[in-house]
Order: sequence, then C-alpha cells, then structure tokens
Amino acid sequence: MSLDLPLIFAALMGVAVLAYVVLDGYDLGVGMLMPAADAREQELMVASIGPFWDANETWLVLGVGILLVAFPVAHGVVLGALYLPVAAMLVGLMLRGVAFEFRVKAEGWHRELWNWLFWLGSFIASFSQGLMLGRYITGFDSGFGYLLFALVVGAGLCGGYVLLGATWLIYKTEGTLQKKALAWARWGLLWVALGVAAVSVATPFVSQTVEMKWFDFPRTLGLMLLPLVTLFAWIGVWRSTGRLSRGVAGAAHWAPFAGAVSIFVLAFIGLAYSLFPYVVIDRLTFWEAAANPASLKVVLIGALIVLPFIIAYTAFSYYVFRGKARPGLYD
Amino acid sequence: MDNPDLLLLARAQFGLNIGFHILFPSITIALAWFLLYFRIRYAKSGDAAWLATYKLWVKILALTFAMGVVTGITMSFQFGTNWPGFMNNVGNIAGPLLAFEVLTAFFLEATFLGVMLFGMNRVPAWVHIGATLLVAIGTLLSAFWILALDSWMQTPAGQTLEGGTLIAGEWLQVIFNPSFPYRFTHMILASGLTASFVIAGLSAWRLLRAPGDASALRTLRTGVLVAAVIAPLQIFAGDQHGLNTLAHQPAKIAAMEALWNTERGAPLVLFAVPNAQTRHNDFAIEVPKGASLILTHDPNGEVKGIDAFAPDTPPVAPLFFAFRIMLALGVLMLALAWTGAWFMRQGRAPAHWLLWAFAGFTFSGWLATLSGWIVTEVGRQPWLVTGILRTSQAVGRIPEASLGASLTGYILVYALMLAAYMVVITHLAGKGTSVQGKAA
Repeated sequence: MSLDLPLIFAALMGVAVLAYVVLDGYDLGVGMLMPAADAREQELMVASIGPFWDANETWLVLGVGILLVAFPVAHGVVLGALYLPVAAMLVGLMLRGVAFEFRVKAEGWHRELWNWLFWLGSFIASFSQGLMLGRYITGFDSGFGYLLFALVVGAGLCGGYVLLGATWLIYKTEGTLQKKALAWARWGLLWVALGVAAVSVATPFVSQTVEMKWFDFPRTLGLMLLPLVTLFAWIGVWRSTGRLSRGVAGAAHWAPFAGAVSIFVLAFIGLAYSLFPYVVIDRLTFWEAAANPASLKVVLIGALIVLPFIIAYTAFSYYVFRGKARPGLYD
Repeated sequence: MDNPDLLLLARAQFGLNIGFHILFPSITIALAWFLLYFRIRYAKSGDAAWLATYKLWVKILALTFAMGVVTGITMSFQFGTNWPGFMNNVGNIAGPLLAFEVLTAFFLEATFLGVMLFGMNRVPAWVHIGATLLVAIGTLLSAFWILALDSWMQTPAGQTLEGGTLIAGEWLQVIFNPSFPYRFTHMILASGLTASFVIAGLSAWRLLRAPGDASALRTLRTGVLVAAVIAPLQIFAGDQHGLNTLAHQPAKIAAMEALWNTERGAPLVLFAVPNAQTRHNDFAIEVPKGASLILTHDPNGEVKGIDAFAPDTPPVAPLFFAFRIMLALGVLMLALAWTGAWFMRQGRAPAHWLLWAFAGFTFSGWLATLSGWIVTEVGRQPWLVTGILRTSQAVGRIPEASLGASLTGYILVYALMLAAYMVVITHLAGKGTSVQGKAA
C-alpha cells in the first residue's frame, strides 16, 4: 500500500493546529475579556471555560508534536527561528493555566494579582501566537517591514480570539453578561475585519510565493470565492448577534460562535493554500522534511486507533457541561 | 561543539525546566489514586468526613495538575527550540514514543480531569468515579511513555541503522529496554512516597492548628500507612535499579561512589569531597571493602573506577552528593513512616512531636526525587543517548542573548509559581475542611 504519509501527516497537523486555534482561541479570548467584566460576571466567564481549557490546550501539544514527529528537520528550523516568541507564548500559557487555580484559592489582593495575570497570560499567549504566524508566513525574513507585518498579525489574532471568546460567552451565558458578550462580539468582528483585511492585502506584498499563488488569472477568479464566503460568514455573525440583541424569538445562541469558527476555518484554508506544499516557506516542502516512513506508519496506526476515542470522550465532556454556565464551579 | 558556554546554558535551561516540571507529576501520579480511594470511601460510606477529605485534596490535585501541565508544555517545545539534533538523529525512535504519550495519555487525563474536578454534581457517582479512575490511569500512561523514552536514552536497545538513519528495529525491545522496568517502578514508587508524605505532612499541619479535625486525622493515617508500606519497597527497588545500572552504565556507578580507580576490595565512601583535579577523595570517611561487597557481593571483588571509562565520564561530585542525599532521605522517610505507623497504631492519637516531624517532612519526596533524577540524568553525560549521541551534538545554535533571556524569564516565572504554589497549598491545608467531630 503506497500512502503519501507526509501529505497525510501535513493534513493531520493542520487539523490539530486548527482545532487548537478554535478551542483554545475561545479560552484565550475569554481571558482577554476578563477586565471588561465585574466580579460576578468573571466567575461565570471562568465557569464557561474551566472544564475545557486543559483538553483544549492539549491540541497545541498534538500539533507541535506532529511537527516534531513527522517533520523533524522543519521542527528544528521553525522553533529555532521562532525562539523568543515561543518562549513568550509558553510564559503566557503558564501564567494563564495556573491563574485558573490560583485566583480561586487566593484572597484579597492576591486574587486581584492572579486575575490580572490571567488576563496578561492570555494576552501574551495570543499575541505571540499571532507574531509567530506572521514570522512563519514570511519565512522568518528579517527587516522592519516584516516585523511590522508580524505585529499586525499578532494584533489581528488577538481580535480573532476575542471574537471566539465573546461568541462562546453568547452561547454559554445569559442575562446582562450575554448582553455584554454581544457587544464584545461586535467589537471583535470589526477588529477581525480590519485584521483580515490588513493581512490579506499585505501578504502578497511580503511573500512572492503567496502572490503568485493567488494572483494567477484565471485561477484568481475561482480563488476569490474564499474571501467571498468569508465575507458572508462575517455578515452572518453580525446579523445573528443583531437578532439576539433585539431579542428576536428563536434566535440561536450558538449561531454567532458557529459563524466565528467558520471564519477561522476559512482563513485557515486560505493560509494552507498559500503555504502548500511548504512546511518552511520557500525552503522546505513537507515531503523533504518528512521523517522515516516506518516511524510515520507506526504513529499513523496508533493515531487512527486512538483519535476516535479522543473525539468520543471530548464530545462526552462537552455534553456533561452542556447548557449555560453556572456559578459555583469551584465549590 | 564550538561554544561550551552555549552548551552549558542550554543544559542549565533544560535542567531547570525538567527539574521544575517533575515536582508536580511526582505528586499527581500517586495523588490521583489517593483521590480515587477517598472518592470510593465516600461513595460507600456516605460519611461526610470522607467527602471533606476528597474536596480538600481535589483542590490540591487541581492546582498541582495545572502546574504540571503548563510546565510540561514548555518541555515539549524545548526539544525543538534548543535540541534540534535530538530529533534529527534519534527522531524515528523518540517521535513515536512522544506521539503516543500525547495521544493516549494527555488527552485522556486532560478531558476527564474536567469531569472529575467540576462534574461531581452533574453526573452519577459511578461516572464520576470512572472519570477519577481515568485521570489516574492517564497519569500512569504518561509516565510509562516518557520513561520508556528516557530509559531508551540511558540503555538503548531494539534500534537499527537503515542507510545511515537510526530507526526502530524491534519496538518491544525499544520500549522494554534493559533499564525501563527498574526506572518505571522506581519512579512510580517515588511518586507514591512523595504524595503520601505531602498528604501526611499537610494533614499534620492542619492537626497542629485544629486538633479535633476528624478528616485530617483520617488523611494523616492514610498517608502514614501508605508511606510505611512504600518506603521499604522503594529502597529495595532502588537497590535493584542500582544493580541494573552497574550492569549497563558502570561509569555512572563509579561516579556515584566516587571510585576514581579500578580496584579489588573497593571501599564504600560514606562522605568525602571528590577532587576532580587530583582524582582523589579529600576528607574521606570510608568503610573498607564496602563498595565491592555491595556491588559484587564479594569483599574482594573488582569494581571498575572512573579511569576505566575515560574520557567519556560524568562528573563525580554532583553524582556523589546527590546520591547520598537521596539515600539519606530515603532512610529518614522510612524511619519516620514506621515511627508514625507504630505510634498511631490501633487508633492512638498522634503526639505533637510526631505531627511536627511529619509537617517538616512534607516536601521530603521532592528533594529525594530531584536528587535521584540528578544522579541518573547527569550520570548519563556526556551522552544524550548512551553510546549513540552526545549532548554536545544535539544542541541548537541559539544566540547567547536569546538563551540568556529565556533562561532568565523561566527562572522568574518558576520562582513566582513555586512560591505561590507552596503558600497556597499550605494555606488550603491549614484552613482544612469544616467537618469536625470525634476522631475516626
């Protein structure tokens, strides 16, 4: 049986990274929104993500793990080039993760400190992930323009996560907090629109490879479908948040989140198309970077056996914690 | 390696990261099983004191687990950021082992931890107990895979070369390599001992503040009893592990025992200051023929010294001292556990001095575990994978300034996290639970 193992693993890695971005995206988004809420609302916000954040974060370990296992040469190049942003992200994730537990067990000004570190960790992790993405797209080229681009992507990703977090809160909360979340989601949408526009316009300028992929008539006409569908998704989120704000009967609470997720999926497809077949743009295709097929086969068999279980018990976990978030999660 | 300073910085950072990380799984691997026990006792008896115990210790598990998870994520990135030569050379073995750890253990423990911590009122008791069991199994599975890899790095087996690339020939041989069974057993028992002393110590701390706390007394008994059973087992497992190391990594044993020269009837060095310049032990207190007796069961047996393995030998002083610290702690922990079990037999209440002793020994397991890990990992140097890959061959070329920055960042964050952790769990345990009443 001749399987294109590098291609399969590139796809698996993509799925794992996308799963991470969408799932931890809402955790980090909620974390960044914490200062905008009062103490009671903060309890509900934490309750809406508390049972999920650890498993959500594990998709990052899987994504980087697949890069490590399947494309070891690229793994070293990528992580070496992104050394400082990766370190910053790890510090952010560490602070965010332990702040969950420390903030409920601390009292007085300690609790305030951990609330602030929860926000700071979420922000640092989100911004550095965006920075890493920006550096990755431009093949780690040095120069002020490239750095500026990476900073813009960093800010844009923060906006994207805020959108995911706010729409998650629309789904998981009610009353005044949900009303606030609807407002936050609108801000997030504007922020994302700006970010996506800026990145889409700038990317063809910073990368010739990307420019040639997208601006190649008549293929371009077909490719424009992607930004078009993304625009529809954006409008969809705008309108569903509007319906919920006005209290329209039967308006679905899950619709804004679903719409936000689709924006991310579409953006991801665009990015994957831009980068294919490179794992390090312009330098290394994933076929060139791939590990020995024997070890890939072992991991694939293991993954195929285990992934259905992972999906099943993940679904179970979301089922157990279905419905609106309730206070008293940590009692 | 052209820059020894860079290598040392990179090693220091990795050592800091992994040394800090191990503190938390060394508690949670066993604590998860303790919690399963508390949860089942509560389910069977309906006794509020067991519920109180469970609720206090699940908070401590949650915090400890979070610390372990986030420092573990840092570990998974270290391979790529600082040690690209590791995956480039032995990635076909290390890769699948790490992948299986993520796939079979990390997702399992992370997902069911959520149900365990927050789902008690949302699912039937048997589902909640099931979730607790799966978290405990998950942490064991995690230890299994990572120790399989770590052991393979110490005593490689089952690998083969295919066109110049190292690949796995026989996976069962790779996983169940010569040192794996010993190292896995030793680590699991270490976690059992570490967790039972944390449980006993923090419960003792509570009893010093609130002598009538029934659930704290029960928890103290549980911790002391488990410690009393595990301590002798651990000493035996350690001895067997040592003999296995003598067979496969004799240079490490020579360094641990500060035996510079191969000799017959080698003395057991109880204390000394090993001098790397003169290759001699200053201020040595020795038991004649002791090392030969312990290692070869023959007082005049030949024990290989460090000189037999030059120039690829580990440093002597760190191994010599770390090993003795671990041993001393092990013996003290055994003595304290047995003393505690004796003085609390048949429901006797623990005396003040005993409570203070246990409180003082709360984190003894951390010290012993760290010392042991220093012995085994520093003892593998200069090899990253014994006989196959040197540490210096694997390090990445990161600018010294970046490495200095990340190392400083980690030190600061870890110091903050460790201080907060110890303050918070001491405070939590001291506050205890609200269930008072007659002692169990």
